Amino acid sequence: MPELGKYSVEVLSAYGVSIVLLAGIVLLSWVQARRARAELAKLEGNKNG
Amino acid sequence: MSLWEYANPTRFMALSGKVLPWLIAGTVAALAIGLIWGFFFTPEDFRQGATVKIIYLHVPSAMLAINAWGMMLVASLIWLVRRHHVSALAARAAAPVGLVMTAVALATGAIWGQPMWGTWWVWDPRLTSFLILCLFYLGYIALWNAIEDADTAADLTAFLCLVGSVFAVLSRYAVNFWNQGLHQGASLSMDAKENVSNVFYIPLLFAIAGFILLFITLVLIRTRTEIMERRVKALKLRERMANA
Repeated sequence: MPELGKYSVEVLSAYGVSIVLLAGIVLLSWVQARRARAELAKLEGNKNG
Repeated sequence: MSLWEYANPTRFMALSGKVLPWLIAGTVAALAIGLIWGFFFTPEDFRQGATVKIIYLHVPSAMLAINAWGMMLVASLIWLVRRHHVSALAARAAAPVGLVMTAVALATGAIWGQPMWGTWWVWDPRLTSFLILCLFYLGYIALWNAIEDADTAADLTAFLCLVGSVFAVLSRYAVNFWNQGLHQGASLSMDAKENVSNVFYIPLLFAIAGFILLFITLVLIRTRTEIMERRVKALKLRERMANA
């Protein structure tokens, strides 16, 4: 851990907030993509089956 | 082969499926190098102390917040002129990513501003235009979700995107236009005297590359999702009609 001195709260909270927001959009995009792929596979299975 | 052939959803899905693994690998590598280098291995600034480490999040996210809107503008214009559905869906897919970049820029800016300026927020031209850009992102997403007919939604959001572009440009150049407020000028400059020191500059370049790659990767994933969801809707409609 680097020495952040008197600004440790500011630096760590900036990184914390950013990681949460970026991880959130990555996770949301991944979950939505997975759900859409599964639903499409199911419907195309029905169509071909 | 023309670039416009990738506006065909089948071709787009095939090409994006091939490039995505490379983009994901590049994103992880560039972000890891930029952020780890910047956070752990750069010194404190003589005036700003350790808060200078916030630059590796604030500058790339602010750049992407503005440029995401620029990408949405280009995609919207392509939709309005050539009526390619993939471009309208790409604009829609980019908006939540741009909103998150704007939120990261605003949050890190406030956290950085408090110890440096003595305040979390001030109605400075750049900050204010950035906040308005954030509201435009929210309005754009809400408008897409509020209109059932996809083509009408694409038309109206494309016009909203044109209007919002004024604030995207303002948020980039507000400091130069008004020459007032607390926010400093650009951190990156062609002028060596104005540019940040090399010790901060090189990891910052990696962080910027990482954010750009993250944006492209997420937009491709989300555009693919939009295409699949549209196909799901079409298949469900066909099923209902067949059963009727």
